[in-house]
Amino acid sequence: MTKTLRALMGATALFTLSGAAMAETTITVATVNNGDMVRMQGLMDDFNAKHPDIKVEWVTLEENVLRQNVTTDIATGGGQYDVITIGTYEVPIWGKQGWLESLNDLPAEYDVDDLLPAIRGGLTVDGNLMAAPFYGESSMVMYRKDLMEAAGLTMPDAPTWADIETAAKAMTDKSKEQYGICLRGKAGWGENMAFLTAMSNSFGARWFDEKWVPQFDQPEWKATLDFYLNLMNNYGPPGASNNGFNENLTLFQQGKCGMWIDATVAASFVTGKDSTVADKVGFALAPDNGLGKRGNWLWAWSLAIPASSDAKDAAKVFIDWATNKDYLALVASKEGWANVPPGTRTSLYANEEYAKVPFAKMTLDSINSADPTAPTVKPVPYVGVQFVAIPEFAGIATTVGETFSAALAGQKTADEALAEAQTFVTDEMKAAGYIQ
Amino acid sequence: MARAVTPRRKLITTIAAWAVALIIFFPVLWMILTSFKTEASAVANPPEFLSADWTLENYAEVWARSDYPRFFWNSVVISVGSTLLGLLVAVPSAWAMAFVPGKKTKDLLMWMLSTKMMPAVAVMIPLYLLFQRLGLIDTKIGLVFALMLMNLPIIIWMLYTYFKEIPGEILEASRMDGASLWGEIVHVLTPMALPGIASTMLLNIILAWNEAFWTIVLTTTKAAPLSAFIASFSAPQGLFYAKLSAASAMAIMPILILGWFSQKQLVRGLTFGAVK
Repeated sequence: MTKTLRALMGATALFTLSGAAMAETTITVATVNNGDMVRMQGLMDDFNAKHPDIKVEWVTLEENVLRQNVTTDIATGGGQYDVITIGTYEVPIWGKQGWLESLNDLPAEYDVDDLLPAIRGGLTVDGNLMAAPFYGESSMVMYRKDLMEAAGLTMPDAPTWADIETAAKAMTDKSKEQYGICLRGKAGWGENMAFLTAMSNSFGARWFDEKWVPQFDQPEWKATLDFYLNLMNNYGPPGASNNGFNENLTLFQQGKCGMWIDATVAASFVTGKDSTVADKVGFALAPDNGLGKRGNWLWAWSLAIPASSDAKDAAKVFIDWATNKDYLALVASKEGWANVPPGTRTSLYANEEYAKVPFAKMTLDSINSADPTAPTVKPVPYVGVQFVAIPEFAGIATTVGETFSAALAGQKTADEALAEAQTFVTDEMKAAGYIQ
Repeated sequence: MARAVTPRRKLITTIAAWAVALIIFFPVLWMILTSFKTEASAVANPPEFLSADWTLENYAEVWARSDYPRFFWNSVVISVGSTLLGLLVAVPSAWAMAFVPGKKTKDLLMWMLSTKMMPAVAVMIPLYLLFQRLGLIDTKIGLVFALMLMNLPIIIWMLYTYFKEIPGEILEASRMDGASLWGEIVHVLTPMALPGIASTMLLNIILAWNEAFWTIVLTTTKAAPLSAFIASFSAPQGLFYAKLSAASAMAIMPILILGWFSQKQLVRGLTFGAVK
């Protein structure tokens, strides 16, 4: 072999090896359109600089469309997505089905023990972390400090439902289109039923007893629905049965709600630039009834890897980058601490700078007061605070939500709505084989 | 006998036509107006019309946040491709049904139309699996085939209706003059049915452009058209109506312009054979 030939072969080998080293892995990330996710897409330069060998392609979809597409893909083993954005409802169900890749082997620097225990618990299946939280939320009371002061009232940090009723009554002035309280009324398992299920926990109600028998015929559910309807009919805005998160956000921002009990992430919106009452908002824990459970929920939008992905290693690198402590610091350095994805890490709440954010402490306290593994006063066979982590729940709860929304619209009484819910859920649970 | 058109009658008809047109167009107009408002202004109650804070910010943000030209190009390829492929299949089919009908032709036509009455979600999993096995998920060619099949009953029905208006004797004469089957369809039938074919083509391009179930279910990144582009601007938490309106306006504008310029052709085709 001549020297020239050997040199040529060497050069070819080097070229091939360098090509292999530089081989680019493309991962597809499916996500929802919310402020934190959009912000992450804007910070991709940092990821690209650190991982030039991984190319990230985004699929951003409306929440329900995303859920439908990802479920279809993952159930059929399609492998279209390498990283998916899912909530705390899906993680236990999909994790048990074997649809998700375990994230137990994230690097030590990821510091999995730093994740907030309540959030981590909701994303762990049989001891395995199945998704990494991108942001977490609970629910709390957001109220108008100026209206409370004008009414001569003070909102306790941990109010009862009686406190809420008193405040709602005092702040309502319908002649000025000022309503004491705004709550979700729009039908949907993630809309009115998220609120009502969490609220019912504080009234001692539960969806099912230990043997999966529906409980809508029990006095606790009647007390919950009666209180909710009375509160909304007397002190709520007109047409409340059409109001979900965004509608109530608009009403509150326009100064038409004295109180709003909803997701903790709303705190940044009601104190943000679009709000006319930004400097008048106070925060309190979701109410209770002295039974040991508050009416707040727990949710986390999290990143997970479908078992069908063919780029699991690259997907893990991305998830590590998007949910580790350095990412929080990166957001803080570029956009300020108030814009850091909340509710995932203990260290964030120990940070002195973050402690200055007005709603930081109440968000943490709200998250810590929710326990998805023991959500109710009486024992239950399920996991989930504002949902029941079974595949049938979304469909069942949406129908029950329609019934309760109709009761709020005055189309049926509370008793009729509860009786319908009991009959419907019993039939569905029988059909699904949970009960005989 | 035709009734005389008095000026009063003409005025009433004109006002009624404008009123109906405005009612139909109002949602689109409101969407376009909303796209130029701030998010706060977009959700103001009572709605703001003249007092809104007008801005181009939504368009700038939508443009910056997504690759509009890619979505646009995918929409063009998918809608035009599926329509041309559909015509290729539908012209001979409609010819056969119109000029060489069998005993079951009517039943066949009704059966084809009945497939449009089935909810798309009913065949979602089987079709998704089929596409997956064939490697057609997130490909433009896959969507061209899918949309062609979805719209084929409408294309065949429309062409069948137009072809039925053409006297069979003309085709017979061409056959007697020695025209082949191919020559009969291409050189005699097609030129005569051109207005009908053109309006069928336009209508199907519009249908394919606006399709928002299969185009979202069967795509992720590479083949996603403008329907997926719009869907990415809906948000579960936070205000998004102005940006969503801007994205929608950008998505419908090309097809709106096409419809505007071809409206004469479209109306002519759609009313073809309505008056004998």
